[in-house]
Amino acid sequence: MSISVNEASDIQREISERSAPDYLDQLEAEAIYIMREVAGQFERPALLFSGGKDSITLVHLAKKAFAPGKIPFPLVHVDTGHNFIEAIEYRDELAEKINAKLIVRYVEDTIKAKGLKEQTGKNASRNWLQTFTLLDTIEEFEFDACIGGARRDEEKARAKERIFSFRDEFGQWDPKRQRPELWNLFNGRIQKGENVRVFPISNWTELDVWAYLKREGIALPSIYFAHERELILRDGKLLNNTPVIEPDPEDQIVTRQVRFRTVGDMTCTAAVESSAATLDEVIAEITISRISERGETRIDDQQTEAAMEDRKKGGYF
Amino acid sequence: MDDGKSTLIGRLLYDTKNILADQMEAIERASKTRNAGEIDLALLTDGLRSEREQGITIDVAYKYFQTPNRKFISIDAPGHIQYTRNMVTGASNADLAIILVDARHGVVEQTRRHSLIASMLGIPHVIVAVNKMDLVGNSEDAFLEIAKSYKELAEKLSIKDLTIIPVSALNGDNIVDRSESMSWYTGETLLSVLENVNVLKDQNQEDGRFAVQYVIRPQTEELHDYRGYAGRVQSGTFKKGDAIKVLPSERESKIAKIEFGGNEIQEASVLQSVTILLEDDIDISRGDTIVTVDNSPIVSQDIEALVCWMDDKKTLKPGNKYVLQHGTARSRCSIRDIEYQIDINSYEKLDEVEALKLNDVARIVLRTAQPIAYDPYQKNRANGAAILIDETSNVTVGACMIE
Repeated sequence: MSISVNEASDIQREISERSAPDYLDQLEAEAIYIMREVAGQFERPALLFSGGKDSITLVHLAKKAFAPGKIPFPLVHVDTGHNFIEAIEYRDELAEKINAKLIVRYVEDTIKAKGLKEQTGKNASRNWLQTFTLLDTIEEFEFDACIGGARRDEEKARAKERIFSFRDEFGQWDPKRQRPELWNLFNGRIQKGENVRVFPISNWTELDVWAYLKREGIALPSIYFAHERELILRDGKLLNNTPVIEPDPEDQIVTRQVRFRTVGDMTCTAAVESSAATLDEVIAEITISRISERGETRIDDQQTEAAMEDRKKGGYF
Repeated sequence: MDDGKSTLIGRLLYDTKNILADQMEAIERASKTRNAGEIDLALLTDGLRSEREQGITIDVAYKYFQTPNRKFISIDAPGHIQYTRNMVTGASNADLAIILVDARHGVVEQTRRHSLIASMLGIPHVIVAVNKMDLVGNSEDAFLEIAKSYKELAEKLSIKDLTIIPVSALNGDNIVDRSESMSWYTGETLLSVLENVNVLKDQNQEDGRFAVQYVIRPQTEELHDYRGYAGRVQSGTFKKGDAIKVLPSERESKIAKIEFGGNEIQEASVLQSVTILLEDDIDISRGDTIVTVDNSPIVSQDIEALVCWMDDKKTLKPGNKYVLQHGTARSRCSIRDIEYQIDINSYEKLDEVEALKLNDVARIVLRTAQPIAYDPYQKNRANGAAILIDETSNVTVGACMIE
């Protein structure tokens, strides 16, 4: 029914005498507000941090929200063992630099402890299995809120999810029973054992994240920028050449100049051919790209029309 | 009822080149499996499996698009009466509402309902898009007739800024591009209104209101005595040196410093998330409101409000107890009275209503356990809104607009 209008950068024609905040300021203020609601409403929140650009943005926002104090919650990473080494190194360095508590739990351990069966064959991934580790971690530390970097523009199920997304004691999302979310009044009341997933950058687009990283001068893992790499060419997609990807007879090994537009597991994240070596060049490429972020790089979403919706119903973030 | 809402959003995105190639391919693929006909732009916003199966919008969907002039967030909300609560949810944050009227049917019950919600939720700008003009021969008379009856309707409501546009979402007439088949229409296109409407002016710049979310106390050696009040300016402006009052305690002080991200700034205006430090060490915690001393909200335990009831299991009855969340404050409250219910289709006031069911709208009286510092919703959206939470299920069950 309705369209909400966000101000763009050209606001010179605005009647308001006060210098108007631009849309990045507005998005930033909203995200900080949400972070503070988490700190104010929950006893044991955590920030899910992977070393990818969206969660890097979250950490930066959390720093701003609670300055000059420390971020009042730990950073949590569910490590599938299939992550890019550059992202893992970045994760550890950042946590140390800002003196944050970093909790890492490994999917490998969950697989062993629970005797879980891994996918096998072409395009096998631990994407689904990380849900088990995440839920165990939530239980172990009794987290009542987990802040994540999901954005509504990424994917159609995410476009439907609340900013404070209630999960039952099994971590499940029920899209038909979402709490009404009105104004900026976030309802984080839960029973023991339940939790809330919170998405402070819900309203950011991919381009907003890049523009913000640039404006704030935030460093990123090197894989986001063009570099030469040995890759597996499979079904038109370029995957990192790594032993964690099960080989397929049709695979071709190639060397290309690429960058990663998103950073997930190596098994399901494809690279894009690019010569963009700086933030400005990356932003320029994304601006003219005619393919969406997940469409270009995520193999996990393309398996069925409702792949993300189904994963979320099972407790994925 | 298919009034073409999702198609309109799809058209806006398509004509402003905000649909990417892979998304278009996905829609084409999905369209083919559903009907043999044309590409169904509605599939772009109906994100849940059950929505695509039934071809209707159940929950609010957010879409992001931009033109060279502005960035937009579109909130696609379901129109059917059984999803009124979802519509209220979508409308609560909107700066502008587009209400679709089917040119073949004119102003109908649904139009009246949507308009009441837009007015009640205080959406400052309303565009009525008279859609499917192609199906009435693009007739000017048909349009003028509908525009006239809509204006009559709008007089009963408080819609501050109204624009009525003849469109065809299916053909893209007067959405982004001017219609060649309706050359008699000389007004603005839909996009042109969207791009030019002034939304900053709609923010309340007068009443200084700051709900404290969190107290920052680093407790380190060099910041031993630091106490910063973290929050977002809900309305008005705060400056260093301003005399302020803390509510509900009524204690007064002055702003010693305003910080953002740990750096000092001179003033904070509406919607900014900042940290305020005061000259005096007074007891302030989450749920308190800092206001400018010369402009006070109402502080009271007795509240009258319009409520939209959202629980599909339990009814609202006088005597029931809930948690009222207003700003960052939460207080238990008890329903004293249902003054009257409003028939959201006919706008008739219904007296002697005993209980409210899902999607009912009524004026209620409630009493809170602690005093609440509020402004009337129609004057100050940010400080006049509240939600009711069921104490046992923790679900949000009511949307309140305080009168």
